[in-house]
Amino acid sequence: MGDVLTVRNLKAYYQMAYFGVDREVRAVDDVTLTIRENEIYGIAGESSSGKTSLIKTFAAAIRPPLKIVDGSMTYRFGDLEIDPYKASKEDVDAIRWKHLSYIMQGSMSLLNPVRRVKKTFEDFAFKPMGLPRAEFWSKVRAHLERLGLSPNVLEAYPHQLSGGMRQRVVIALATVCQPEFVIADEPTTALDVVVQKDVLAMIRDVQRQMRSSVVFVTHDMSVHANITDRIGIVYAGRLVEEGPTRTLFTAPKHPYTAHLVASLPRIGDTTPKAALEGRPPNLADPPSGCRFHPRCPLAIEKCKTDVPPLETVGSDHRSACWRSDEVRPLAKIGTPEPEVVA
Amino acid sequence: MSTLLEVSNVSMRFVMGGLFSRNHIDAVVDANFTLSAENPEIFTIIGESGSGKTTLARMILGLEKPTAGDILFEGKSAAERNTRAARLAFMRRVQPVFQNPFETFNPLKQVDRYLEATARSLLGARSKADVDAAMDDALQKVGLSLKEIAGRYAHELSGGQLQRVAIARALIPNPALLIADEPVSMVDASLRMSIVNLLKELRDTLKVSVIYITHDLATAYYISDRIIIMQKGHVVEMGPARTVLDTPEHPYSQLLKSSVLSIDAAGMGDLRPADRAMAEAAWSRAGQGALVARDDGRMVRTA
Ligand SMILES: Nc1ncnc2c1ncn2[C@@H]1O[C@H](COP(=O)(O)OP(=O)(O)OP(=O)(O)O)[C@@H](O)[C@H]1O
Ligand SMILES: Nc1ncnc2c1ncn2[C@@H]1O[C@H](COP(=O)(O)OP(=O)(O)OP(=O)(O)O)[C@@H](O)[C@H]1O
Ligand SMILES: [Mg+2]
Ligand SMILES: [Mg+2]
Repeated sequence: MGDVLTVRNLKAYYQMAYFGVDREVRAVDDVTLTIRENEIYGIAGESSSGKTSLIKTFAAAIRPPLKIVDGSMTYRFGDLEIDPYKASKEDVDAIRWKHLSYIMQGSMSLLNPVRRVKKTFEDFAFKPMGLPRAEFWSKVRAHLERLGLSPNVLEAYPHQLSGGMRQRVVIALATVCQPEFVIADEPTTALDVVVQKDVLAMIRDVQRQMRSSVVFVTHDMSVHANITDRIGIVYAGRLVEEGPTRTLFTAPKHPYTAHLVASLPRIGDTTPKAALEGRPPNLADPPSGCRFHPRCPLAIEKCKTDVPPLETVGSDHRSACWRSDEVRPLAKIGTPEPEVVA
Repeated sequence: MSTLLEVSNVSMRFVMGGLFSRNHIDAVVDANFTLSAENPEIFTIIGESGSGKTTLARMILGLEKPTAGDILFEGKSAAERNTRAARLAFMRRVQPVFQNPFETFNPLKQVDRYLEATARSLLGARSKADVDAAMDDALQKVGLSLKEIAGRYAHELSGGQLQRVAIARALIPNPALLIADEPVSMVDASLRMSIVNLLKELRDTLKVSVIYITHDLATAYYISDRIIIMQKGHVVEMGPARTVLDTPEHPYSQLLKSSVLSIDAAGMGDLRPADRAMAEAAWSRAGQGALVARDDGRMVRTA
């Protein structure tokens, strides 16, 4: 299995001057990871931990004040190898059209309000797909139906659709051309659980057929549990743990991951869940040492001063914690009944 | 007992299309419920995407006129709020949190300007110190502070931060009714719990009623007093939240509950689409029958 995206020591900061005072938000801080062919890689973490900033840098979609401060990033599509931050604008545009697809957070608000949905499909998908007109439309219709949408939505203006319908239109736009590399930022937040399950199953199906790579960002751990192959956990701009999905749920090696998995409320629960102590860190002035130490139940003196490196702790499993050996899961994950194959 | 909000036989039909097609969509069909003024509650609306939840919320807010039925807030309909003063008074009492925060905030306007406008026009704060205090107070309730967001534009905040700013804004005038359309869809479980706990606290200490629209069954179970479940414009089940969610009776309610993702199969790669047989049962009965009262206090649409 080849690596499609290789990220080394990537740092991307928002650098601003407020009333003459320089301010720096270290939203992506020293991230090293690879995304492989034929996998769904999940990125998880709390609100404002830097998930969107991280994948914006992956998608080469950053704009000032967000700047790459250090590190490198390389895509490999077949024989083509390219670092979008070193390549020419033409080359970057070319890979964006041909290989990459980026579903931005809240992007249903980006649908053009004065164009019917069908015009938007024509604008964005007709040329890249290179099909005769009739075939193109029958493919679009079939794809919409797979997402539980009636092809009638093509005739509608965005404001005539509900939030969840718009979100599915955006997913359809981004996946109809079957790109090799999909970056999706919270793409299912507006869907009811029935539709969400169908849409996730569709994304996974298409991904498996195409052996493509999907980077899937969400704060929702139950979505990660069901769709991803591997997960990277982001805390305050840093990757703090990474591993196969099942491993992170059953045997996390970072106290923050253990907390994330255990914090999921389940139906039937009326007992208040223990929220993490303290507030999410301020990325303009992050805590010293391990950024999680002020909220960490296992913190010791060393954690306040020394940044723990992301180290291998098991097969395909890395964690950045001085006490990773002592981390125990806080939630019990059951084993589902094996499916009986008739 | 007096009523805060009365929704009676409310329907909404959108007519779409041009000269040749006269399609219509029944976004809401014959909705009925009442919120009491003395017993504030968290009234949850859950349901299919496109089932009319946002449309119902917009009608209650007076942003959309029902094609049939009446909506009375403290005894008055939207048509009776025909002066600027009456509308302002209404907005002090009823505040919205809209569905997608990325649509709520104009990208060219700093987000604190929204809070400031609300503090001035609805709370009547005059001095800069009073305005700032009101803003910071509301922001603190959702885990933010004025310092963190002052002067920033929507695109400079994360999705979850933006969603919390929208909630904070709505809290500024101390409304009697908060209509929150998926207010926590973009925040992580930990923050989500602290926000729903805040809604609970608003109900218990400030006597605020909350209409909570959500796709999250777990928080709905945790905080709601009553719940309605909608499918294709129709209320299919309605009643005490825990009764309904513990043992849903309508096929769509059952489908909904069975489709909640579990983490037990984490990483096993056996995600399947929602159960087709149940889905068929639910879709085939969509909109049929009438709401029938059961002994346990709920109503179920029964053919
Ligand atoms: N344009 C910008 N200018 C300055 N700061 C920014 C900008 N965009 C984001 N930030 C800050 O960077 C930090 C990380 O934000 P980011 O959007 O990456 O978080 P996130 O993990 O995606 O959160 P969420 O789950 O809430 O969407 C936040 O503190 C945010 O306020
Ligand atoms: N202005 C409009 N014109 C025409 N149809 C509309 C309009 N607004 C909503 N609709 C339709 O009404 C139905 C209900 O939409 P609504 O936004 O109320 O759904 P919802 O329950 O909030 O869904 P979601 O969970 O996806 O947000 C949908 O079929 C939608 O397409
Ligand atoms: Mg984000
Ligand atoms: Mg809606």
